[in-house]
Amino acid sequence: MLYRENGQFKSTYRADQQIFPILQDRIAILALLVFAFVAVPALASEYWLRAILVPFLILSLAALGLNILVGYCGQISLGTGAFMAVGAYAAYNFHVRIEGMPLIVSLLLGGLCATVIGVLFGIPSLRIKGLYLAVATLAAQFFTDWAFLRINWFTNNSASGSVSVAGLNVFGLPVNTPVQKYLLCLAFVVLFALLAKNLVRSAIGREWMAMRDMDVAAAVIGIRPVYAKLTAFAVSSFIVGVAGALWAFVYLGAWEPSAFSVDYSFRLLFMVIIGGMGSIMGSFFGAAFIVVLPIALNQFLPVLAGLFGLQISTAGIAHAELMIFGGLIVWFLIVEPHGLAKLWSTAKQKLRLWPFPH
Amino acid sequence: MKLKSLALAAAAAAALAGTAPAFAQDQFIPVLSYRTGAYAPNGTPWANGFVDYLKLVNARGGLNGVKLAWEECETGYDTARSVECYERLKSRGASFVQPLSTGATFAITEKAPADKIPVVTVGYGRSESADGSVFKWNFPIAGTYWVAADAILQAIGQKEGGLEKLKGKKIALVYHDSPYGKEPIPLLQERAKMLGFDLQLLPVTAPGVEQKATWLQIRQSRPDYTLLWGWGVMNSTALKEAQATGYAREKMYGVWWSGAEPDVKDVGDGAKGYNAVTMQHGAEPQSKLVKDVLEQLHGKGQGTGPKDEVGQVLYMRGAISAMIGVEGIRAAQERFGKGKVMTGEQVRWGLENLNLTQARLDGLGFAGVMRPISTSCTDHMGASWARIHTWDGKAWKFSSDWLQADEQIIKPLVKSTAAKYAADKKLTPRTPADCQS
Repeated sequence: MLYRENGQFKSTYRADQQIFPILQDRIAILALLVFAFVAVPALASEYWLRAILVPFLILSLAALGLNILVGYCGQISLGTGAFMAVGAYAAYNFHVRIEGMPLIVSLLLGGLCATVIGVLFGIPSLRIKGLYLAVATLAAQFFTDWAFLRINWFTNNSASGSVSVAGLNVFGLPVNTPVQKYLLCLAFVVLFALLAKNLVRSAIGREWMAMRDMDVAAAVIGIRPVYAKLTAFAVSSFIVGVAGALWAFVYLGAWEPSAFSVDYSFRLLFMVIIGGMGSIMGSFFGAAFIVVLPIALNQFLPVLAGLFGLQISTAGIAHAELMIFGGLIVWFLIVEPHGLAKLWSTAKQKLRLWPFPH
Repeated sequence: MKLKSLALAAAAAAALAGTAPAFAQDQFIPVLSYRTGAYAPNGTPWANGFVDYLKLVNARGGLNGVKLAWEECETGYDTARSVECYERLKSRGASFVQPLSTGATFAITEKAPADKIPVVTVGYGRSESADGSVFKWNFPIAGTYWVAADAILQAIGQKEGGLEKLKGKKIALVYHDSPYGKEPIPLLQERAKMLGFDLQLLPVTAPGVEQKATWLQIRQSRPDYTLLWGWGVMNSTALKEAQATGYAREKMYGVWWSGAEPDVKDVGDGAKGYNAVTMQHGAEPQSKLVKDVLEQLHGKGQGTGPKDEVGQVLYMRGAISAMIGVEGIRAAQERFGKGKVMTGEQVRWGLENLNLTQARLDGLGFAGVMRPISTSCTDHMGASWARIHTWDGKAWKFSSDWLQADEQIIKPLVKSTAAKYAADKKLTPRTPADCQS
């Protein structure tokens, strides 16, 4: 009733092809943006901003990057942690070695370095597919782990191999308080999400999807596999690299290679699979599921047990958290194999017909 | 105003969390621990000791009447999760924080000055943070990895009949490939240059279950001594590999995180003769503290963890870590008002002016466990004493006298490394006037 497009006539191709063709969607997105930019900084506590929203935004960005590669171009990658690490360490080197380097520039340059490494490790994708490609990209993970642990130059000869940044500022404005950090991440996420959405709607995005659906057929109709696959790797690792740099600079502040271990590659892949492959929105759902749910469970379980007059030990909570989390992953994959984004679009579809489904 | 908002926040958090027994009049202490994951066998006894000590303080009547409150947060030895725990518990007015992971210490070190929460790292963390003039908020009290490494070299020197006898010897360092494992390297390199021994660095990828290649290298190069800088499952694996390789365990020296019961228990007789440096204390089942815990907590069914683990090496480390933090609060109370809840800033002053005399330690139940510690504005470590203990197949037994790390070597190294950190971060070291505040 409220959510339907009846009466919204499109008289130009431009209007018909816009990201959100339905007026209600545009209003909802605008409201969401206003909420995120204005209401959240005003309302959220420091803990929410620093420990939940900032990591959620950064990992959403990384999942978005990976989704372009896995969801849109169909190339399974287990090297995401590596590309994040490259982004983080490259940005760090630009930041400390060049006096007066603006933060945004070093973050973007970190992304560019990740692009180069991403394309390099994407080259095998021209010959190998599927699980074999996943194994090949895993090599990127081991290579970067090795490089950042062993080559002292990358860590500015820090004795312990741990590096840190401090005193961040953007155009002279300091990035210290939780609100400032949140807004910086949010700005990056919104810009990159818009960029990604437009890319996947464009010719190149359709090439990626053609590649994903059937690469031989795509090649027959004139899509260059080299170009399509490598651009997907490039765009994906650029976004992932920037996310890695943000993770290191804004969230951790000090980090070592294990902050980007293979664990993160897997977690990001789970975010994409659970959130929904080939969906920008899905990246956010997936990140929320993987980042926020364990923390929520961790804090909710003692309260729940308290209601029944029980006391759970810290270890008990941690174990229960893992078990419930694992159970939920399996349950979601059974109920909705196409991810949370599919649930979302089903809900929207139903809402359009509501309250007269026939 | 500050206290009021703090109290409000604490009350709100308590109301939200439901289970948390935190009241406005309690001194809140966050406990970052790991009872799950690859490092759980070592993290659990530490956490038990830490929490038991806090319970004991409350059972003894609190700190001048102020009760302690705490909440545990499971980190799984993961830096990102540790940061989340830190942020979560910080909002409740943390007195001090113990990250219990070198990686997390690095990350929290960057955040603590802004939050005004002292970071207490008893026997771990960054070695250069002993320099209080640069690291105002860090307290690696009772020893750093450089102290551990130097004490081990001195023990080896004693065995050989003098440090100068180390010339031309080969010493290998088998280390956890993380900031933790890399910490001793600068000191060992400095010492190698000075004493003329040959240092071989053998990194082991975390968590350290795969060490075949490392021990093959040891078999080939036959080092005279091997230092072990492992944590969790890496330690017992190293001992098993040493056994398989036929490398004499008597020639192996572990750091204090590689010399506890969980590390050698599974290896049993295979670990016989293995040495580890101790952060002053070893396994102390006879100490008064252990008796108090057994009587006042376990006797009433309030103990944390298994009863027979009370007094083991890591349990004692946890208890000592808690004691040092609590004594910091007590020292702060003596200056800022007894019977009041201290803020992080006040606790920082207390930790910086800590003076644990032997009489004080004896009174707390640590007689024979450790030596006096006194910190100052420039020295945030307070003591650099250590002993060596050896596994006899059933228990850890002390096998050396007290050893003191050579200040002539550690001091300049701390100064120069801290100065490099200050230069990188564009920090100005604290002035003498700042020390008075």
